[in-house]
Amino acid sequence: MWNWFHKLASPPHFYRLAGIFSPWLLWSSLILIAIGTYGGLVLAPADYQQGEGFRIIYVHVPSSYLSTMIYALMAITSGIGLIWRIKLAHAVAASAAPIGASFTVVSLLTGMLWGKPMWGTYWEWDPRLTSELILLFIYFGYMSLRASFEDIGKADRAGGLLAVVGVVNLPIIHYSVIWWSSLHQGPSIKKLDAPSISGDMLWPLLLLIAASTLFFGAILLYRARAEVLDREHNSRWVQDLLGERPGAG
Amino acid sequence: MNLARFFAAIVRRELQIAFKRWGDLVSPLMFFVMVASLFPLALSPQHEMLRNLGPAVLWIAALLATLLSLNALFRADIEDGSMEQLVLSPYPLALALFGKTVAHWLLNGLPLVVLAPALAVTYYLPGEGVRALSLTLLIGTPTLSLLGAVGAALTAGVRQSGGLLALLVLPLMLPVLMFGARATDLAASGEQISGPVYLLSALFLLALSLLPLASAAAIRISLD
Amino acid sequence: MVDCSKTCLSAIDLTLWRGPNCLFEELSFQVDAGSLLLVRGTNGSGKTTLLRVLSGLTRPESGHVQWCGESIEKTRQAFTAALAYFGHADGLKADLTVTQNLEFSARLYGRSGEQVSGLLKALNLSQCAQLETRYLSAGQKRRTALARVLMSNATLWLLDEPVTNLDSVGRDYVEDRLREHIAGGGLAIAATHEDIRLASESPDEIFLGDDA
Repeated sequence: MWNWFHKLASPPHFYRLAGIFSPWLLWSSLILIAIGTYGGLVLAPADYQQGEGFRIIYVHVPSSYLSTMIYALMAITSGIGLIWRIKLAHAVAASAAPIGASFTVVSLLTGMLWGKPMWGTYWEWDPRLTSELILLFIYFGYMSLRASFEDIGKADRAGGLLAVVGVVNLPIIHYSVIWWSSLHQGPSIKKLDAPSISGDMLWPLLLLIAASTLFFGAILLYRARAEVLDREHNSRWVQDLLGERPGAG
Repeated sequence: MNLARFFAAIVRRELQIAFKRWGDLVSPLMFFVMVASLFPLALSPQHEMLRNLGPAVLWIAALLATLLSLNALFRADIEDGSMEQLVLSPYPLALALFGKTVAHWLLNGLPLVVLAPALAVTYYLPGEGVRALSLTLLIGTPTLSLLGAVGAALTAGVRQSGGLLALLVLPLMLPVLMFGARATDLAASGEQISGPVYLLSALFLLALSLLPLASAAAIRISLD
Repeated sequence: MVDCSKTCLSAIDLTLWRGPNCLFEELSFQVDAGSLLLVRGTNGSGKTTLLRVLSGLTRPESGHVQWCGESIEKTRQAFTAALAYFGHADGLKADLTVTQNLEFSARLYGRSGEQVSGLLKALNLSQCAQLETRYLSAGQKRRTALARVLMSNATLWLLDEPVTNLDSVGRDYVEDRLREHIAGGGLAIAATHEDIRLASESPDEIFLGDDA
C-alpha cells in the first residue's frame, strides 16, 4: 500500500498515468453529460410549481456540489502534502483551485438566473447563494496567497495551511449563514433548492452530478499534468520527454 | 523557566514596546471612531435609521479596525530577527505567538470594547443593545485577533500584504461578525440573545485551541 | 551511518536551490564536540542559508541535519535547547534599551541581573545600557546580540558573521570566548568572510560557491 502510494506520488509516474486516464475520463463524462442533459431538458416533466425554470438545477446543483467537493479535495491533498511532504499533492491542490472557483461562479450565475423568475430578482440573500459567495471569496484568497509567493515550495505550504484552516471554517460559515438567514422575517421566500423531486426528474440530476465529477476529474488531471511538467522542467525525465518529441524543446 | 513565565515574558515585552509607540496604538482606535461617525454623516442622522444600522456599523468598524492593526503584528519581529530567536527557542512557538496575540488584543481589541458603548450612544442604541454590543465585542474580538494572527503569519513574508490579509481573513471572520452584529440587533429590539452568545463563545474556544498552532505553522513557513 | 552516542552536528546530503541557482548539492559534513567549522564563501554563496538550514529555520530540498544522531525535526526541543543562533539580523527590539532586550533573554535562559550587567561590562556596552538599541552603532548592536549567545549556555553556536563590524578589542573578545567555548567541549559553526584566529591549529573550513 505504502509503496504504491509513493510510486503514484512520483511525478513521472503520475504524469504517465494521468495521461492514460484523462482522455477516458473526459470522453465518458461528455457522453454521460449528453445523456443527462437530454434526460433533464427533454424527458423530465416540468415542475408543477416552478415550471420549466426548475431545469436550471441540472447545472446549478452539480456545480454547487462540485464547488464544495473540490474545496474539500484541496484541503485533503494540501494536508497530505503538508504532513508527508508530497509535492505532487500540493500540485494537485494548486491545479484544483481555479476549477473549484469556476464551478463556484457557475453555481452563483445559475442561482441568479433561477432567482429572476422565482424571486423576481437576480439576487436574494438566500443561504445557499450567500454561502457560495463566501466560498468564492475563500477560493480567491487561496489563489491570491499562492500568487504572492515567488518560491513555489513556500506557496505550496502557505496555501496548503490556508486550505486546511479554511476547511475547518467552511461548515461554521455554512451553518452561521443558515442561522443568520433563519432570522429573516420576510414573506415566505422559496429556498433555492432541488424541488421535491420525482423519479423522472431525479435520475438526470444524479447522472449529471456523477458526470460532472468525472469531468472535473479529467480537467484536474490535465491541469495537474501541466503543473507537474512546469514544476519539474529542470528534471531529467522532463528533459527526456521533451527530447523524444520531434520539434519540441 | 516554565511555560507560564515564558508566556508572561512575551506579553510583558510586547507591552513594553507598545507603550513606546503610542501612535501605533491610537490610530486603529481613531479609525474605529471615524468609520463609525462616517455613517450618520453620509446618511442622515435620523434616530430610527441609526438605531437599526448601529449594531452592524459598529461591529464592521471594530472588524476593520482589528484588521488594520493586525497587519503589523509579526512584521517587525521578522524584519529585526526576533522571530528567528523565538522559533529557535526551546519554548513552543505557538505559545510565543499566542502571547503576542494576547498582547495585541489587550492593546487593540480591549480599547474597542471599552470605546464601543460611547459610540453606541451616538447611534441611539437602547441600554440592552449597548450591553449586548459590549458583551459580543468582548467575546468576539479575541476570536478576530486569533484569526487575524494566522493571516498575519501567512502574509508576513509577502510585500504589500495589506489587501491580501483582508482577502484571506475577512471570509473567515464572517461568522463572528454575523453572530455579534445580529445578537446586538436582537438585544436592541428586546429579544433573547443567549443563543448567539453561546455560539460566539464556542467559536472563541475553538479558535483558542486551534489557531495558535496554525499561526506557528504559518510563521515557520514565512521564515523559511 | 553516524555515531549516535556523542554530541555532534551532522549534515547529510543537503541540497538547496534558490530559484534557478543551486546553493549547495549533496553537502555532507560533521562537526564534533570541541571543534569549530568555518563556512567560507563569497557574498551570495549561501553561507547564511546554510546556517539557517543547520538551525532548522530553512528546510533543505533534500537531505537532513542531525543533532547527536537524531534528525533535528524530531528532536526539535532538545536541539533548540542546545542551540544559540547568532543570525544575520540581530534580533533586537529597536524600541527597547540594551538592558531591556537582554533582560528578556536572561529571563528565557534563567540568568540573573548581575550576570547581564557583567556581560555588558565585558562587552564594553555599559555606557549605552540604558539606550534604546535604535541609537546604537552596527558594532554595538552586534555585541548586544553576542551577549545573548554568551548567556545562553548553549552547546552549539551557529554564528553568522560574528566578527563583522567589530573593532579589534571586540574581535579579540569574541575569539577568546569562542576558544573557551570549544575548549569546554562546545561546537561552533561560523559563517564568515573574515579570518577567525584561534590559538590552536587552524579550524576546519568548507567553501561554498564557485571556489568549491
